[in-house]
Amino acid sequence: MRHLVRWSPLAPATALLLLFLAGPVGYCAYLAFTDTQLTGQESASFVGLANFRHAVGDPEFRNAVLLTVVFTLISAVLGQNTLGLALAGLLRRASRPVRAVTGTVVITAWVLPEIVAGFLLYTFFERRGTLNALLAWLHLPAQDWLFTLPILAVSFANVWRGTAFSMLVYSAALDGIPQEVAESAEMDGARGLRRLWHITLPMIRRSVGTNLMLNTLQTLSVFGLIWALTRGGPGNRSQTLPVFMYDQAFVKSLIGYGTAVALLLLVVGALFSAVYLRLLREEV
Amino acid sequence: MRSTAPPGKVPLLFAAAALAAGTLTGCGSSGGDPNTVTVAFIKDTNAKVTVRDDYLALVVRQFEKANPGKKVKLIPIQASENDYYTKIQQMMRSPKTAPDVVYEDTFLISSDIKAGLLRPLDEHLNSWADWRQFVPTARAAARGQDGRTYGVPDGTDTRGLWFNRTVFARAGLPADWHPRTWDEVLAAARAIKRKVPGVIPLNVFTGRGAGEAAVMQGFEMLLYGTGRDPLYDPGAKKWVVGSRGFTDSLRFLDTVYKEKLGPDVSDALSPNIQTNVAAELLPQQKLAIDLDGSWLGQQWQRTGGGNPWPQWSRTLGQAPFPTRSGAPPGRVSLAGGWAWSVPARALRPELGWKVIETLQSRANALDWCVRGAQIAVRRDVAADARYRTAVPGIGFFTKLVEVSRYRPALPEYPQVAAAIGEATESVTAGDATPAQAAARYDRTVRSLVGGAVVNKP
Repeated sequence: MRHLVRWSPLAPATALLLLFLAGPVGYCAYLAFTDTQLTGQESASFVGLANFRHAVGDPEFRNAVLLTVVFTLISAVLGQNTLGLALAGLLRRASRPVRAVTGTVVITAWVLPEIVAGFLLYTFFERRGTLNALLAWLHLPAQDWLFTLPILAVSFANVWRGTAFSMLVYSAALDGIPQEVAESAEMDGARGLRRLWHITLPMIRRSVGTNLMLNTLQTLSVFGLIWALTRGGPGNRSQTLPVFMYDQAFVKSLIGYGTAVALLLLVVGALFSAVYLRLLREEV
Repeated sequence: MRSTAPPGKVPLLFAAAALAAGTLTGCGSSGGDPNTVTVAFIKDTNAKVTVRDDYLALVVRQFEKANPGKKVKLIPIQASENDYYTKIQQMMRSPKTAPDVVYEDTFLISSDIKAGLLRPLDEHLNSWADWRQFVPTARAAARGQDGRTYGVPDGTDTRGLWFNRTVFARAGLPADWHPRTWDEVLAAARAIKRKVPGVIPLNVFTGRGAGEAAVMQGFEMLLYGTGRDPLYDPGAKKWVVGSRGFTDSLRFLDTVYKEKLGPDVSDALSPNIQTNVAAELLPQQKLAIDLDGSWLGQQWQRTGGGNPWPQWSRTLGQAPFPTRSGAPPGRVSLAGGWAWSVPARALRPELGWKVIETLQSRANALDWCVRGAQIAVRRDVAADARYRTAVPGIGFFTKLVEVSRYRPALPEYPQVAAAIGEATESVTAGDATPAQAAARYDRTVRSLVGGAVVNKP
């Protein structure tokens, strides 16, 4: 009885979640086992695991999985995470105006709607864009970034956009390190990388894990940014899973296959999460 | 309706997203009103081009005057063609969002008929005197495999080569250019590349960015010059795979982009390429030859055309696109066109039909053909002197109708077309050789149509 009373305030939220989250997810899961199309079909039928089998044998799907992993590793794990930590660390020592300006710039990139950020970055990376203008000014050879290195370009775009989040997480985490610990480390002569590796990182380990997981899950689902920059192209050289899913479901009308890919994307996310959770546990 | 977008190029996706959101909410608000009829149509991605918007505004005023108490709510959807199709298909799936009248490319119609998204119009058409004015091909353009008709076409179009006479003179090429083979087209392009630096010799649409434009204006113009029924065999009722014509067509694209005879590859694959060609490259004399549609002139009209360019009729010449090695009839063109339909789940189908009747009254049909540089599908319009003299070049493109082929009007066509787009993209981007891309296309088509294919080397 007490149990029930304690849970009752959560009931409306639970109901809403079930209705608006579990409902669509369930419907999506159902579609994944059918051959539903957007057009060109009288009625859909149940096809069992055919969509998943098709995905495994589809070279384009495998290409998308590989690109998704590359995109996530470069932009979330290496880029956002490391840069966020570095910025948080540097800003602690910076003067107040520097802190204010840097913080504002980084956070603005984060606050911008994805599609606006995508368009801004398009004008930056484009062949006649700002980046090439800068390179020309420095007498360096220009590159057609979105064409020759599309997956790197979209990865950098995602770093630009998402670093603020990591910076905020790490700022809070670094603030949480007791002053005495920092001082005694200083006394023992631990400096620079040594101190980072042996003192700071272990102390903020939980934040690192949480941040990595959130960054990863967010990056896995990035669509608008990539769509605005390259549409997954040229060819399919920047076609990550969300773009591939959109292409199958809405361009090729294969809603059933598209939702199956969406479910597989959930699996990829779950795998990443499992790895992080495991890393977190081992170090306790 | 006037464009509310600021002048200049509207960031395509941003505009599409914003309008899509506005469209859906706007549509919901008038969902229950029995006196407001909703009309969904595609708005040019170049916000300065308001040819269709202006024409529709005129029809709306007429309709509202003739039907007191009724209102028309226009739902402009500003998006690239492929995004537009996806959008209306989603809208048509639910009575909450289905418009009462929808504007569709006829290549999509059989697919949408099969999906049960459209409503047959035979009852109305049988009692509509004007229907007899439509030429037989037009009457069949929106006919389903069940023999019923689901849409009223508002014009057709053909395709050919547009070339810049000024650039041609500088390259020492004739003003009455008339290539007989693919090689002669390439030879002219190479001459321009050599002698007129700074000008893009030849544009052939390719890749996924341009959507169906790349498939139809680009690839299929090549493919249909390689033999009989190169895409679908109507006798066997099967899709063609393994054909040399398919690989040869990809090889032509490969040559154009490898030899840098075309626009820079990253521009060619960009979703904005169609807008760029019509709004910038051709009027600014930066493009010598363009394989494109008959409607191009609408972009340069004084009113409603985004880039008024009155000299274009003297600067640009037209030539039919040749077959691969000059086989008869020597000229290739594909015909298409758009039609007005009533969705199956429309809430006010009767009013919807009345709007279509107004849209295709003789006077309005003539007005649209003149403004939109359309090839008339009504006999009375085609015979009208105003139509024949209004748009320069209309005679040339109307003559191509006799050799024009239609895409297979089958429910699977849009998906097959997407596979073609992919093949051209991988070749243009240099990710696959023509043979590899053709092999992948064959595999895709086989799985799309459940193995109903015929090998035609």
